[in-house]
Amino acid sequence: MRIESTYKQNIQDRLEMPIKPKKNIFLQIALLVAVLFFFFSLYQLNFDYARLISGTGAFLETLTLMVPPDISQWQHVLAAALESFQVAVLGTIFGIIIGFVLAFPAADNITPHPTVAWLIKGFASLLRAIPTLIWALIFIVAVGLGPFTGILAITVGAAGMLVKVFTQSIEEIDYGVIEALKATGAGWFSIVSQAVIPTVLTAFLSWCILRFEADMGESTILGAVGAGGIGWELTHAMRAYKFDQAFFVAVVIFLMVFSVELVSNRLKMRMKNIG
Amino acid sequence: MTLLQVKGLEKKYPDGTVALKGIDFEVNEGEFIVIIGPSGAGKSTLLRSVNRLVDATNGAVIFKDRDVVKAGTRVLRKIRREIGMIFQGFNLIERASVLNNVLHGRLGYMSDFKGMFYLFNQSQKKTAYELLHRVGLGEQIYKRADELSGGQQQRVGIARALAQKPALMLADEPIASLDPVSSNVIMDYLYNICREEGIACLCNLHQVDVAKKYATRIIGIHAGEKVFDGKPEELTEDIINQIYHNKKKELVANE
Repeated sequence: MRIESTYKQNIQDRLEMPIKPKKNIFLQIALLVAVLFFFFSLYQLNFDYARLISGTGAFLETLTLMVPPDISQWQHVLAAALESFQVAVLGTIFGIIIGFVLAFPAADNITPHPTVAWLIKGFASLLRAIPTLIWALIFIVAVGLGPFTGILAITVGAAGMLVKVFTQSIEEIDYGVIEALKATGAGWFSIVSQAVIPTVLTAFLSWCILRFEADMGESTILGAVGAGGIGWELTHAMRAYKFDQAFFVAVVIFLMVFSVELVSNRLKMRMKNIG
Repeated sequence: MTLLQVKGLEKKYPDGTVALKGIDFEVNEGEFIVIIGPSGAGKSTLLRSVNRLVDATNGAVIFKDRDVVKAGTRVLRKIRREIGMIFQGFNLIERASVLNNVLHGRLGYMSDFKGMFYLFNQSQKKTAYELLHRVGLGEQIYKRADELSGGQQQRVGIARALAQKPALMLADEPIASLDPVSSNVIMDYLYNICREEGIACLCNLHQVDVAKKYATRIIGIHAGEKVFDGKPEELTEDIINQIYHNKKKELVANE
């Protein structure tokens, strides 16, 4: 009893609570600024609640104009859809080729020289920094309207991303397997083809499929600025206030993108099973 | 006949770690040398300096009258193909077939172009199969490497190294990730094949009993320095303590 009480006494004398760690002041200030900026912007840009309501009405009215969809132009629309699909396929494949060639010298663990790796990575991030839509506008100036521009824009966008993700996949592999082949006296190309490619192949394939899905979406948008394909049909119909035609185009786009995703998900499942 | 000379080998890593502080030794043809020492003593670095998977900071490595440290890319490839290596983590290409993994041992003898396109000829394939048969894996040649057990994978590793027709074998902790039974099998294969083929072997181990069982000579490393080099029977309890704990007699007396 006495022992316990002295123990308690001692504890009370000596036990100081550890100093509470300071809260992150920076985070609090950032949050405050964000909230203030939100209200400032609401005020500054005249966010008009009345128009939100009237706009909803107008939108619903437009919706009624959209049904039934006008399928009279179906030959035109389907041909344009096919073109979008082709643009996506060609752009993605060219992007894959560029990404594949550049990724190996860009990966830190197998690069012939660090400067080479640095240059390629810098080049790829430059490609990524500019959105595909802007690339399309640049190429329209250079080579004119049409699917060729779309293919180029998608190639550049896909290459920028694929160089990055391919390189990361290569850098993730166990350095031991590279060491093992180096130790046999194998040359650089042999090491890449015998050790690196078999190890990263499934990762590469899933990146390619993912990129194709994204490019399918991109290629429909690119049509809107005149780089060929179904996007142009959509813009065209909207500008002419032919909402029923526009609705049909939208349905075709949805079906196309949706089925690409369906197929690619199947493919990914298959690949998982192979491992 | 001296096969390998290591002279004043030093290695300092970019982060400042000094792994080797001037190591000297020679390897004669057909010797089975086991290098022992605590983890972090520099055993792995020493082995990797021999075929230059690690670049030494100072010193010389002379393999068959050629200086490994100063060799250019071409000469280095020629030196490396005569030095087989097996690893603690086996380091097989898991998604490649067992046969292909053994064929990788021939890449040093092929042009980079042929190697790149898998242009192995029939006699190379036959040799690879014979080697796999020799390590008891003749039935498994078309399996993917990652379908095999650890012990089997290490046997593929041995076959890959043998495919190089090496004069020297480097074994970096070949049994550290194996169970005791597989460990025995692997050490028996490694020892017997090296002796039969007259291949000299430098083998890192941390099990002293295994070292004593197989070695024709033992080298003890402590903190980047060679503290013992002699026959297994000369390795006394005292010396083992010195290698693993650096407890020199006078230090113990002072305590």
